[in-house]
This record gives sequence, C-alpha cells and structure tokens, in this order.
Amino acid sequence: MKVINSRIIENNLISNKIYKLKVEFAGSIIPGQFFMIKTLDNSFLLPRPISVHDFNQNELTFLYRTEGTGTTKISTMRENDLIQLFGPLGNGFDINELKCKTAIIGGGIGAAPLLYLSKVLGKNADVYLGYKNDVYMDDSFRKYAGNTVVCTEDGCIGEKGFVTDFIDYNNYDAVVTCGPEIMMNKIIESCREHNVKCFASLERRMACGMGVCLGCTVETKDGYKRACKDGPVFSADELRC
Amino acid sequence: MIRLITNAMGLEFKNPVLTASGTFGFGEEFSEIYDLSKLGGICSKGLTLRERQGNSGIRIWETPMGMINSIGLQNPGVDNFIKYELPRMKSYNTVIAVNLGGHCEEDYFEGIYKLNESDVDLIELNISCPNVKTGGMAFGVKSSVAYNIVSKVKRICKKPLMVKLSPNAESMSEMAIACEEAGADGISLINTIQAMAIDIKKRKPVFDNVYAGLSGPCVKPIALRMVHEAAKNVKIPICGLGGIMTTQDVIEFIMAGATLVQIGTANFIKPDAAIDIIDGLTEFMDREGIDSLDEIRGIV
Repeated sequence: MKVINSRIIENNLISNKIYKLKVEFAGSIIPGQFFMIKTLDNSFLLPRPISVHDFNQNELTFLYRTEGTGTTKISTMRENDLIQLFGPLGNGFDINELKCKTAIIGGGIGAAPLLYLSKVLGKNADVYLGYKNDVYMDDSFRKYAGNTVVCTEDGCIGEKGFVTDFIDYNNYDAVVTCGPEIMMNKIIESCREHNVKCFASLERRMACGMGVCLGCTVETKDGYKRACKDGPVFSADELRC
Repeated sequence: MIRLITNAMGLEFKNPVLTASGTFGFGEEFSEIYDLSKLGGICSKGLTLRERQGNSGIRIWETPMGMINSIGLQNPGVDNFIKYELPRMKSYNTVIAVNLGGHCEEDYFEGIYKLNESDVDLIELNISCPNVKTGGMAFGVKSSVAYNIVSKVKRICKKPLMVKLSPNAESMSEMAIACEEAGADGISLINTIQAMAIDIKKRKPVFDNVYAGLSGPCVKPIALRMVHEAAKNVKIPICGLGGIMTTQDVIEFIMAGATLVQIGTANFIKPDAAIDIIDGLTEFMDREGIDSLDEIRGIV
C-alpha cells in the first residue's frame, strides 16, 4: 500500500449518479481490494473507501455512486487532475477458494468490485446482476463471465424480480456476493441451506482504511473485526447474520 | 535534523512530532508506509488493564472539517500489549509512549505496575475515562479529582508520566496546575471534545453511546487556546494536539507554548502527514533563520 497523487485518465457519468473513474496506477492488486480516495483540496475531510472495479496495465478503474459530499466532489474531478489514492487496502478475494464452479452475485453498485474478480476467474464463474431499474456494467461482465444473468425489479431490462430468485445453488461450489445487506443476508442464508461456501464483501464507514482507527467494525463469531483490514471480504461462516 | 532534537520529561525526542493515540494503532500498519524512526515518538492505541471489545453501533461520523468517534477504547489490554505489540514497537527506534486509561483507581495502579516492568519510554495517562466508582464522571473534569489520581499514579510510576487532559475539564488552567502539583512530568492536550450527531431520518442519535469525541481541524483553534492557557500556568512541558494538519499548525502550537505536538486525525486524511509536517519544520527554520524551536516556543 502506498499514498500517491495519481493522474485522472477519465471520470465520466455512465448511468444515473454512477461514475467511472480511471486513474494511473502501477502495482499489483487483488480483486476485492479497495483504495481510500480523496481530492487534494479540503472540501471534505475523510478519504472515501472505493473498491477496485478493474485493473489493467497501469490503469485502475473505480465505479462509484454519488451519495454525499465526498463522492459528489470526486465526481467533479476532470481528466489530468490529480487525486489522492491510498492503497491497495483490504484482504481481497481468495482466488484459491474460487477455483471451482462459482456464482458471482452483485446488487446495484455493489457489483462494482466483482468485475475484476470475474475477469480473473473467467468462464468458470457465472454472474448474476440485480438492479432496481437502471442497468450498467453488464456488458463488461459479459466479456469475462461464463453466463451473465441480468434482472431488474420492474423487469424493464432483463429478467423481472430480485437477483436472488434466479440462482440455483445446486449448480455451484462457491458463491461470491456484494450489494445491499438485505440481499447478501438472503444469499448467505441460501448458501448455508445448500452447503455452498460463500464470501461476502462488506461496506462500512471508515476513517483510516488500514486497520488502526477501529471504526469499521463487523460483528463476527470471533467478536468485532475490521472491515478494512480483516475484510472487506468475509467468509459467511464467520459472519453473525 | 539535529536542530529538531527536543528534550522533555527526561527523554530525548528526535523531533517534537509524535503520533497521537488512537490514530496510529501500534505503528505496524504505518511502518509499511514510511520509516517510523523519523518520528519524534508514537503514542500507542489507548490501553486499559484488560482487553475491551469497544462500542456497538456506528463508531465514526464525519462532520465539516472534523470527525466524531465512538470506538469505546477497543484494545488488547496491557498484558497482550506488552507481550505482542511492544517488542515490535521498540524496534521502530523512536520514543514509545503508552496511553493508559482506567475506569477506577485500581485499574490505573495495576496497569502502571505492569508497565513499570516493561520497555516503554513514557506513559501518557488518559484521565478522560469515566470513573465507574463515582457515578461515571470522568477523572479529568474536576481538577481535585485529577490531582488525586495523578498524585497516586505518580507515586508508583517508574516511567516519565505525561497526563492527557480532557477539553471537558472545568478549567484548563486549574487542571494543568493540578497535574503539575500532583507531580506529572508533562501534560498533553487536548483529548477529543464531547460531541454528538443525530440521524434525522431515524430521529435518533447516530451513536449508541449518544455522545462521542470530536477531533480534526475544526477543533484546532480551541486546542490552541487551551494549550496557550495551560502554558501560561505551568512549567512542565506541554504536548499540544488537536486538529494539527500542517507544519504551520505545529508552529502555532509551539508559539502558544507547546514543547511537543501530536498528529492525530491527519494520519487518516493523509497517512504520511506526520512526515510532511516534520520535513516542513526544518524548511520553516531555514526560511525563518532560526537554529532551535526554543527561539519561538511560547513567544505568543
């Protein structure tokens, strides 16, 4: 992990409130890791944890949704501007656990950290993407995944319903998920029922991103753990939900 | 860098810049980012005699130019610290201060006895914790209560003792004097300011504990005033902290009378902030043509 001021290659709106930020970065990154990102001015204080969407030959891509002051300010940054990056941080996905038939399940912007994983796992992994009504990043997943299922709550694009309705857990040895907690909890429950190993990438408010502030606690069977350092990827076996 | 060497509390610091408790863990994570021997010192994550799990619910909340935390002193306890963290910390080749809190007098005493036998260089006594035996008021609110605990700790403490003062003290000048009279070798101030946040959608406090500690650049002017006030009333060295982000902030604290400073929240904003600040100090001295920070200490 390192702290650098990186040059922005692009920072564009790709869907409603969803931005794609591409920056220069040299190093190695494990799928599922994240960076703490901050503008160089003082318009907000704490860097924002944003997961790696894709990484390719010194180009690092993030997908983020503008929610509050920080992400809104980041969305105003332009090509060639410098932005503060700190990372890569977190454990990332354990690829060795996923060298089997895997289902990658993402909900909304929560699918962002799963693209780089899909790319690494290749055709052995199927992808399930659930959205409210606005669909994005599905084309990127189709390039790498074995099979890609897209669904929306109102059926405007793809299948109609919740993403959790379209998965046959009997077909998989492992499941990876990131998205709204209610979705992930349902998936974890189904995995337990079907005896399928499951890994969830969690999101928490963070200050440091590196394990020192103890602000981003996750309740596990072994007590509180840190989403930033012990996670963000947790095995469903350790989570208390 | 010899110009930055600072002597205080019987210790030699390579420079006056330490990292603040609770913002630096035990140094391990930061050692992957920069060489910790460049620091004046490290204050450990706040310890209590026994391990603590910390608070439930939301623990961090951002405010305009500040943050509120409600970690709840999550820590491994003094024994685990001495066994698993201290040996590595000592290898960082800088002054190692242990921040020790307690919820009753006996907690402090037992912690001190254990730390006396360890390799720590300095004890930073956290008196902002509620005293569970006297209705929960923090030790650091009334100067008479602080005097009592500090003098008892000082009697048994074999290490230099720096008392960390709470901005929630009834009077900062009286509190500083009480600590000096109780035998403290130094004081550090300020700890976080008691604050709160409300979630208007839930119509509830953000934190399970309701009140929590505010830090960051928004508290700096208050911290600076309190350091200035304390410095006018005591002769023991003062370690100033509260919202320091830049070298200029450090210079302001030194001009207000601080001998040492601590970098806290800035470690989260830019993990190598302390190094930028230390480098900035020598640049400042070159620019101003001064040989020692003593020349500007307390001049305001």
